[in-house]
Amino acid sequence: MGNIILEMKNIIKEFPNVRALDNVNLKVEEGEIHALVGENGAGKSTLMNVLSGVYPYGTYEGDIIYNGEVCQFHKIKDSEEKGIVIIHQELALVPQMSIGENMFLGNEKGKKNAIDWNETYKDADKYIKMVGLTESSHVLIKDIGTGKQQLVEIAKALAKHAKLLILDEPTSSLNETDSRALLDLMLEFKKQGMTMIIITHKLNEVVYVADKITVIRDGTTVETMDCKKDDIDEARIIKGMVGRELTDRFPKRHDVAIGDVNLEVQNWSVEHPIYEGRKVVDNVNFNVKKGEVVGIYGLMGAGRTELSMSIFGQSYGSNITGKLIVKGQEITLKSPRQAIDAGIAYVTESRKVNGLVLTNSIKINTSLANMKDVSEKSIIDADKEYAVAVEYKEKLKTKTPTVEQNVGNLSGGNQQKVLLSKWMFANPDILILDEPTRGIDVGAKYEIYCIINQLVADGKSVVMISSELPEVIGMSDRIYVMNEGKFITEMPASEATQENIMAAIIQSGKGE
Amino acid sequence: MKISEVLKKNAMLIVLVLVYIFFTIMTKGAMFQPLNFNALITQNAYVYILATGMLMCMLTGGNIDLSCGSFVCLLGAVGGILMVNLKVSPIIAILVMLLCGIVYGSLLGFLIAYVNVPPWIATLAGYLSFRGWGTALLSANSSTGSIAPFPEEFLKLFSGKIFSSPMNKMNAVCIIVGVVASVLVVVLNFSSRANKIKKGYEADSLLQVIVKSVLAVAAIMLFAYKLSLAGGIPTALVWVVVIVLIYHFITSKTVLGRYFYVIGGNKEAARLSGVDTRKIMFLAYLNMEILTVITSYIAISRFQAANSTAGTNYEMDAIAGCVVGGVSAYGGSGTVFGMIIGATLIGVINLGMSLMGIDANWQKVVKGVVLLAAVVFDIFANKKKK
Repeated sequence: MGNIILEMKNIIKEFPNVRALDNVNLKVEEGEIHALVGENGAGKSTLMNVLSGVYPYGTYEGDIIYNGEVCQFHKIKDSEEKGIVIIHQELALVPQMSIGENMFLGNEKGKKNAIDWNETYKDADKYIKMVGLTESSHVLIKDIGTGKQQLVEIAKALAKHAKLLILDEPTSSLNETDSRALLDLMLEFKKQGMTMIIITHKLNEVVYVADKITVIRDGTTVETMDCKKDDIDEARIIKGMVGRELTDRFPKRHDVAIGDVNLEVQNWSVEHPIYEGRKVVDNVNFNVKKGEVVGIYGLMGAGRTELSMSIFGQSYGSNITGKLIVKGQEITLKSPRQAIDAGIAYVTESRKVNGLVLTNSIKINTSLANMKDVSEKSIIDADKEYAVAVEYKEKLKTKTPTVEQNVGNLSGGNQQKVLLSKWMFANPDILILDEPTRGIDVGAKYEIYCIINQLVADGKSVVMISSELPEVIGMSDRIYVMNEGKFITEMPASEATQENIMAAIIQSGKGE
Repeated sequence: MKISEVLKKNAMLIVLVLVYIFFTIMTKGAMFQPLNFNALITQNAYVYILATGMLMCMLTGGNIDLSCGSFVCLLGAVGGILMVNLKVSPIIAILVMLLCGIVYGSLLGFLIAYVNVPPWIATLAGYLSFRGWGTALLSANSSTGSIAPFPEEFLKLFSGKIFSSPMNKMNAVCIIVGVVASVLVVVLNFSSRANKIKKGYEADSLLQVIVKSVLAVAAIMLFAYKLSLAGGIPTALVWVVVIVLIYHFITSKTVLGRYFYVIGGNKEAARLSGVDTRKIMFLAYLNMEILTVITSYIAISRFQAANSTAGTNYEMDAIAGCVVGGVSAYGGSGTVFGMIIGATLIGVINLGMSLMGIDANWQKVVKGVVLLAAVVFDIFANKKKK
């Protein structure tokens, strides 16, 4: 057994009305990658915030023992001085500044108030080489992709002389290739003796990198698995997370009769709204039938969101060309309103950014896209609106004391349910679900899948966009694969495997 | 509901009452005189109306209109030239001024909603140019730089009293209106509670409704009594009450009003939910300028003249009224009743300080501090909720 670098003992953290952490114990060995898993709201991020001093000493109970001494961190700087550096899920980079400027933000090089730019860029270049970036540190953050931005965050942590690196959902906005590169980088750091804690929802990643796995459920540590000793697979981890065996990750769909084509898209091309002439969607053809779930798989940046938003009343892009045929009739949709009226719903991938009004109640969010049905002559029928909100809350099993609760106070999974409520109440025939299970836990995912099954059973058409292969394969009837703005292949789900989908993408990349 | 929650929810109202009592003591009761009740309303009528428009703009995302004060000045010049110099009938003049408001409001709305000019810049242009334009018009058409006298028919529509009676003699109409309003408030309070209980919603306890009704009736009757001794209901009050009730209805009961809130809460989400966000932004500013026109009628009538200083700082008073009344500076939240309390609080402070004989410059200092305190208070109150 190695040297214990960090021990968190009996940590208790309370917020008004909730006990977020209840007697959490965590032991991390020097030089290992320790994965922290658990459902959303289980307390993983809270625990890491306690560790890094975001919640200062005194606001929680219990001890943090780091390198054998009891630590009292009053602010983030305190923990960073000891070499504990946390990289948060949301990237904290200033887009308009260069890599070098970002890297030493708040930690500037130089004497007193004068910044030594030569030193800054020299050091920055050194650290970004360590994470495998070839860019100059003078390049602006906004000019590099998300994957590289994540690497800059890591370089920034290295520049702080991190000994214990905490990565909170580092791959949540990365595509598979970038994710894999990042995980490999972690393994490389491990060889050099760095200790890391990774929080992630992606269990395949956990299996790939972790030496030990600690499961947190409802604010307490349930168990710690040792990957070297035991044979750990995803099913085993899920069992620990949800406290039961989840035999089917995808609920069975009872035979749904697949009917006529509901939506047909022909020769659809979209250009980038700012860079004229740059095609983000290139001559795409697809259709979805009544009662069918069509999966569109593609890596981040493949143009999936751009495709669906341009269909949804041209809410994205310029120079949109192509034919849109809804239930046998060719139509032009110029605004989201027209699209909704034509029976199309677009359920966004970023619910907080453009899906929900977080400062308003569940009730107000539920009725938003279909005010017509809860009002008469433009005057809101308060009773009806309330009843509708309650109906959908019960139908989708949204966990909340009342529908007057602000959406911002709900967990990710419940927010997603409110978003779905809104679009189900708008009563569309065709639902485009963009990453419907992003950032939500295993239990809630299962419930979302059940809702999708219910939708097609009711005769709706569902287009499900996802970058999670198992989900696309498990849920779809038919799968389209998208890469760099083009649809490269179509296959029935029965023939799809992770391997042949990835092979198709690699193949199309070579063809260029 | 706990007492502490009730206190928190009505914090501004309680502050208003305390400030009022404070000034009544400091002025040895002068604040409580019928004349000063009347003054509170006539002096602040413009704030209530402008702040209603400002509320609608602020709801859409903390957007403001800096030009409305200067626009009042320009409208005064237009009205003065038409009615006094050209002897046009007041009705025509009123309509022409309204047309000016619609034209400016449409232009402003177009620039903000469809050309994406930031509101404070688009309205800064009006702030700078309208006062210059108005002053130029006034000095070109009058040797003194001020146009008067306005026709009596015009003044009567927007100032003075309805069914006026001599001072210190009870005005019957005023009392009757007070009683009717009180009865309405009580009936509405109880029927709304009964309705909620019938449908199984969360409702206030009986005690709460009784306390609320008693306080409301007491306030209304106090006002009615005082105003009846001050010569009757000020005409401006009628305008204020009508406008406030209409906008209370729009903001709380209609789809249109709902859209103002959701746009302020998350514009992109609103747009993707089929809300025509540009149209709403356009309407916010068109509406603002129409209410500015009504304000200008009331301001001209109160001063009985059009002059170049008319409307100075009106935009700031309106913004302050909203902010003190709990309207979010980021948009998405705020109510008409909150705004009324905020605007009244500022009005009470103004009047109280004037009665105490405090120097006008220091009055400004106090107003600034109150504004800041209100916002800081609001931020802290909201933080604790989380």
